[in-house]
Amino acid sequence: MVDAVFDFVIGHFNTVAYIILMMIGFYAMTGKTNLVKKLVGLNIFQWSIILFIVSLSAKRDATIPIVLAGHDHVTGPVLDAADYVNPLPHVLMLTAIVVGVAITGVALALLLRIHRQYGTLEEDELRDRVRASG
Amino acid sequence: MNAHQSVVPVLIVLAPLLTSFMLPVLGWWYRPAVFPLVLTALAVSCGAAIVAAQDVVMNGPVHYYMGGWAPPWGIEFRVDALSALMLLFLTIITLLVGIYSKQSILKEIPSKEVPFYTVYLLLVAGLAGQVATADMFNLYVFLEITSLASYALVSIGGGAAVVSAFRYVILGTVGAAFYLLAVGYLYSVTGSLNMADLSRILPDLYESTTVLVGFAFFVIGISIKMALFPMHTWLPGAYSNAPSAVSALIAATTTKVAAYVLVRVMFFVFEPRFSIEMIPVTTLLGWIGAAAMILGSVMAIAQSDFKRLLAYSSVAQIGYIVLGIGLANTAGFTGSILHLVNHAFMKGGLFLVAGAIVYRTGLREIREFRNLSRKMPVTAATFTICAFAMIGIPPTGGFFSKFYLILGAIDAGNWVFVGVIVLSSVLALAYLANVLRYIYFPNDDATGGGGRQPVPEATQRDEVPWTMLGPMLAVTAIIVLLGIFNGEVVDRFIEPAMPAGLAR
Repeated sequence: MVDAVFDFVIGHFNTVAYIILMMIGFYAMTGKTNLVKKLVGLNIFQWSIILFIVSLSAKRDATIPIVLAGHDHVTGPVLDAADYVNPLPHVLMLTAIVVGVAITGVALALLLRIHRQYGTLEEDELRDRVRASG
Repeated sequence: MNAHQSVVPVLIVLAPLLTSFMLPVLGWWYRPAVFPLVLTALAVSCGAAIVAAQDVVMNGPVHYYMGGWAPPWGIEFRVDALSALMLLFLTIITLLVGIYSKQSILKEIPSKEVPFYTVYLLLVAGLAGQVATADMFNLYVFLEITSLASYALVSIGGGAAVVSAFRYVILGTVGAAFYLLAVGYLYSVTGSLNMADLSRILPDLYESTTVLVGFAFFVIGISIKMALFPMHTWLPGAYSNAPSAVSALIAATTTKVAAYVLVRVMFFVFEPRFSIEMIPVTTLLGWIGAAAMILGSVMAIAQSDFKRLLAYSSVAQIGYIVLGIGLANTAGFTGSILHLVNHAFMKGGLFLVAGAIVYRTGLREIREFRNLSRKMPVTAATFTICAFAMIGIPPTGGFFSKFYLILGAIDAGNWVFVGVIVLSSVLALAYLANVLRYIYFPNDDATGGGGRQPVPEATQRDEVPWTMLGPMLAVTAIIVLLGIFNGEVVDRFIEPAMPAGLAR
């Protein structure tokens, strides 16, 4: 039983890592009352997924996907796909990172506005003040 | 491959997208040109959608390959009958709300028209992109463009809206992150992102756990985006605190497009047999939809704020759409798509009415709506038609979509769903008739006055300007036309797009 669990964790360590990170983010989003901490939790949540998808492109004994003449070989470019990591997840996640940064920016701008308006970023205090201001 | 290619689908997205980038500069240089340019962009988008729809009805699906890269390598835009219908309603409603918004935002959020229209166009581009694209990751990007634009639009009014917007950011981003994770899972086993390519590769992999997990993440992520009960908690605050024009725009479009994405992936990327038989997700969705219909309506009855009532009613109406998907037969699917389009116009129209009332009187509490039918008769009439459509009174569109849904429930042999649809309509009657009572019967107070006494003071007619009345009347006309010509819509757009493998 212990061996089976150990094998599973070793065999899927990228999955395990992303799930642990994701749960940390999830905890921060649900368990914390400070809105900035919630936002940090959201970021951890997103980055865990990005990390996971990037990890999908890894291959044993593969190199960066740039075709260079004489790379590992004496003559001509190496053109066997098995020798290179898959570049597509990296590119996709680059876009996802940009999206994530944009969301963080918008969320921080909103927090700034909330703080200016209500003078707090604690959720319970904020709820009272929103209610008080109608 | 001799697919029918055309550049028109891209125009629908590009016109608002490029204009949106130009607006901040133009607003700084010559502000009066902003509004006409926005209308031009929306009109171009609408015209392109009409041309594309005509093309699709005549010649079948239209494709466009970005940069000339053929799928599955390049990003493909694909418009079939279903997405043509979606693009048509999207561009029409955004154009109408665009015309309406000028006066409304001048009153509610003065001096913010340049940022407002910049983000408005970005939202339209994101929505149209989600519908037109045939690439899973491209869809994610458009999904996030839409979300970012709607966060900004909700918060633009300030006040409590900012807090609602932050809540929306957290939940919406979690939904989008789940979608991204689903794309990652599907990519890891298929190596493809193109929808048509995926639908070819996936059937051999239906047994794979990875595909199942990816599908589960997809359904949950999109359910958050479409505010499906019990993941609707971001919706009431966001809809009711946003400026009125924004409420109308977002209520009419974002959740509907999310529902479209759900349909697209469940029935076209995966085969219906996967989501019906291999895992009982349609059954589950049907019951969740039923719960949303009842609880959303009950919550709506409990509201005293008009916009909040409409927001909870949206939760219930999303339930109808999901229930139709969950029925997984042709009548249910037809009803679901028809209700999606109908509801976009009905709820859009109702929020336009709410905006008109706020514009003229500043009132939001339903109890204070007395004498409104004398003061604003056209607005009151618009509200009545939209409310009739929500309840499902013929000949409005709402009747026919509910009719198809009930047919679908009978075909599926599920009499509980028939009961739920009828009950939810009765509850809709309850909360909307309450508003109607306050609008039309001035002295009918809670003690039961009967509403026949003469009006105490002579009330001046004081309607909103024509630029606001026009779009409201147009939406009303469309609701009635959708009802009268529902057969045309079904024959031309929904029947050709019927996914193969749904039960009759």
